[in-house]
Amino acid sequence: MLNGELVGRTFPGAETTLVTQESIAAFAAVVGETNLDVAPPTYAISITLNQSQTLLQDSGLDWTRVVHGDQRFEIFRPIVAGDKLICSSTIESARVMAGNEIVSIRSDLHSGSELVVSTWSTLVVRA
Amino acid sequence: MSTLEIGQELGAKSYPINRALLVAYANASGDQNPIHQNEEFAKSVGLPDVIAHGMLTMALAGKYVSDIAGCAAVKEFSARFTKPVVVPAGADVALVISAKVTSVEDGLAKLDITATVDEVKVLGMAKATISFL
Repeated sequence: MLNGELVGRTFPGAETTLVTQESIAAFAAVVGETNLDVAPPTYAISITLNQSQTLLQDSGLDWTRVVHGDQRFEIFRPIVAGDKLICSSTIESARVMAGNEIVSIRSDLHSGSELVVSTWSTLVVRA
Repeated sequence: MSTLEIGQELGAKSYPINRALLVAYANASGDQNPIHQNEEFAKSVGLPDVIAHGMLTMALAGKYVSDIAGCAAVKEFSARFTKPVVVPAGADVALVISAKVTSVEDGLAKLDITATVDEVKVLGMAKATISFL
């Protein structure tokens, strides 16, 4: 179970993710997108999902029981090849409903001081 | 894009989802959860069969939105994963996406997106904000 004392805390990432043209092309190919100048709108999840799991690995959250409840993106500018992005993840809320934990996590992708994309994921940890 | 008007219905498009696409999405996104690839595993955790990544369904809805405005024009995008998309072996499951314009203001249009499989909604509260300047 998530350590409730961590609600509100931000876990800053140290690792930079270099966005490659190949990774944009692979994501675009899945959805049939032919414009490779910018990343598709949900591309950020390919960085934030794994990064948030790493950043929150000691939070008590049981990732093996997680079901994705909802997802939101705010895209301040499109991600492009060559971007060097750092992810930070914040546990915005946690509650228990019918025995399931409902945890809301915001992950921000920054390029230097510029906020590029914010993602919000609601995770349901099944009882 | 200046032709978008409140209440305008944007035509439905169909996106086939099959097992090969799930593998491609797993590789592209890094989400290698076996419930999206391994039938035996999916059934062992109580699912009827392999299910699509919710984020794949959302990515395909993102393609629908990008086709209206261009990839670079999508400012906000959200959805709830209300029903799993079951993908049996050897089948193409048709994900059907349409949208309605709910607001047009200051160069931004808001869309309500509908995503269905066999006429059952698989995304809830799916919304996008696109720039059309």
